[in-house]
Amino acid sequence: MEKEKKSEPVSKSVLKSAKEEETTRINVGPSPHFGHIHSTTRLMMTDVLIALVPVILVSLYVFQWFAVKQLMICILTCIGTEAACTRMRNRQSTLYDGSAVVTALILGLSLPATAPWYVAMIGSVVAIGIGKMVFGGLGMNLFNPAMVGRAFVMIAFAGVMSASGYELASTGVDALSQATPLNIFKQTGAITPIYDMFWGVTNGSIGETSAFACLLGGFYLVWRGVAAWEIPLGVIIAVIFWGTIGTIINPESQWTVLHHLFSGSLLFGAFFIATDPVTSPLSAKGRFQFGIGVGIILMLLRSFSGYPEGMMFAVLLMNALSPLINRWTIPKPFGVKTSRIL
Amino acid sequence: MAEQPTTTERFIQGILPENPVYRQLLGLCPTLAVTANLQSALTMAGAVCFVMFCANVVISLIRNLLKPHLRIVVFTLTIATFVTIADRFLAAYLYGMSKMLGPYIPLIIVNCIIICRCEVCASKQSPITAAGDALGQSIGFGIALFSIAFVRELLGTGTLFGFQVMPETWPGWGIMVLPPGAFLTFGILLAGVNRITMYQDARKKHRGL
Repeated sequence: MEKEKKSEPVSKSVLKSAKEEETTRINVGPSPHFGHIHSTTRLMMTDVLIALVPVILVSLYVFQWFAVKQLMICILTCIGTEAACTRMRNRQSTLYDGSAVVTALILGLSLPATAPWYVAMIGSVVAIGIGKMVFGGLGMNLFNPAMVGRAFVMIAFAGVMSASGYELASTGVDALSQATPLNIFKQTGAITPIYDMFWGVTNGSIGETSAFACLLGGFYLVWRGVAAWEIPLGVIIAVIFWGTIGTIINPESQWTVLHHLFSGSLLFGAFFIATDPVTSPLSAKGRFQFGIGVGIILMLLRSFSGYPEGMMFAVLLMNALSPLINRWTIPKPFGVKTSRIL
Repeated sequence: MAEQPTTTERFIQGILPENPVYRQLLGLCPTLAVTANLQSALTMAGAVCFVMFCANVVISLIRNLLKPHLRIVVFTLTIATFVTIADRFLAAYLYGMSKMLGPYIPLIIVNCIIICRCEVCASKQSPITAAGDALGQSIGFGIALFSIAFVRELLGTGTLFGFQVMPETWPGWGIMVLPPGAFLTFGILLAGVNRITMYQDARKKHRGL
C-alpha cells in the first residue's frame, strides 16, 4: 500500500512535465547561453505576427480588398480546422499558442490575390489538417504546414494558381492588371524596374511583392532570435552566387542579381517560410546548409522548370532533407575526439 | 488443429470484418492505381473477383495433391491462368478499358489478396467454403475500390461513372485524379474505418462488462 502511495506523486509529476513539454519550447544548444530565449510558443508566434505587420500592410495597400478577403478566409478556416482537429483527438485546445494564425497568414500571403475563396479555404484545411495535425500537432510535422496547403491547391487548382492566374484585368487594383515580374521575364524577357520590386507595387502572391517589407520583418525576426539567421543568409548567398554566374555567362542580360533577389517570393520565403523552427535543422551548421539547399533548388526551378518561381517546392524538398542534415551535423561536445552517431 | 470457419463465416468475414484493403491492407497497388474513376475501379474489382473465385475453387479441389514446398508456385500458376483469361477477355470485349487499366490486369497475378486467400482458405478447406470465401473477399475488395474511387472521381472531376453530378461550376481538384490524391483519400478513409472499428470495440467491451 505504502509503495503505491509513494509512487503516485512521481507518476503525476511525470505526466505533468510531459504535458508541459507540449506547450513549451526549450532552446537546446551548447554554452554559452545568452541572448533571447523564447521559452513559449506563444511568445515566439507573437513575434512572428509583429514581423508580418509590414508585409501585411503592404499587401493591404497593393491588393486592397483582395488581400483582406484572402487573409480573413485563411485565418478563420485555419482556426476552425485546428479547433476541430484538437477536439477530434480529445486534446487540450492549442489555439492560444497562435501557431494556427501564423500558418494561416503565411499561407494567405503566399496565395495569389485573385484566387477564388475555395482555394484559400481548402488550402487552409489541408495545411492544418494534413500538414500538421495528422502528424500529431505542432512540433511533430515533417513539412511546413503552410507550404503543404499551398502545394495541395497549386496541384489541385492548377488553372487559378498558375502564373497566368495571377492576372485579373478590369479591377480597381493596378497591380493585378499586369503579370508577375518573374512571369513577364520568363515569357517575354522584359524587365520590371528594380524600384517597383523593392517597394512592392507589382503583381505576385499578396505577401511577396515588397522586398522592403520582407526585409524589415525578417530583420526583426532575426534580431529577436525567433528566426535563425543562418537560413536566410544561406538562401541569399546561394542566390547571389547563382545570379553572379548567370551575369558572367550572359553579361548583356538586364536581369541582374538584385532582380533575382527582389523578385518572387525569395525574401518572404527566406525569412518567414524556410525559418520555421519545426521543419528546419537544429544546429547552426545544418541551418546554413539548409538555406544553401533552398537557394539552389529555388534557382534551379527558376532557371530550368516550367514554373516561374520555386520557393514552395524548394522549402518542401529541403524539409524532407532536414532529418538527414540533422544527422550529418550533430554537434561535437567539447573534449570529444570523434563524434559518435548513436 | 483449430476449427476452421464455416462457409458463411468466411463469406461475412471478407466483406467488412476482414476487409482485404481496409483491415488487412493487402492489394494496395491496384487500390491506389486504378481508382481515379469508378468505371476502372469496378472493372478491376470484377476481374479480381473472377480470378479469385476460379483460383480458390481450383486450388481447393487439388488441395490434397499440393506439396508444401511447391504450393506457392502452384498458386501463382493457377492464378496466372485465370488472369490471362480475364486479360484477353477484357482486351476482346472492353478494349478501351483494357487499354486504360494497362499493366494492372496482368499484375493481378501477383495480387497478394488472392495468394493470401489460396494459402489461408482454399488450400485447407472444401471448394464450397473456398468459393464463399472468394466471393466475400471480392465484395470487400469491391467496396474498398468503390469507396476510394467515389471520393476521387467526385472531387477530381465532379462526375460519377462519367456523368456530371456536381454543378457545372465545380472546380475539379486536379490532385485527386493524380497519385497523391489516391494516397490522401486512402489514408483518410482508412482513418475513418479505424475510428469506426475502435468505437465498435469500445461499445462491445462496455456491453461485455
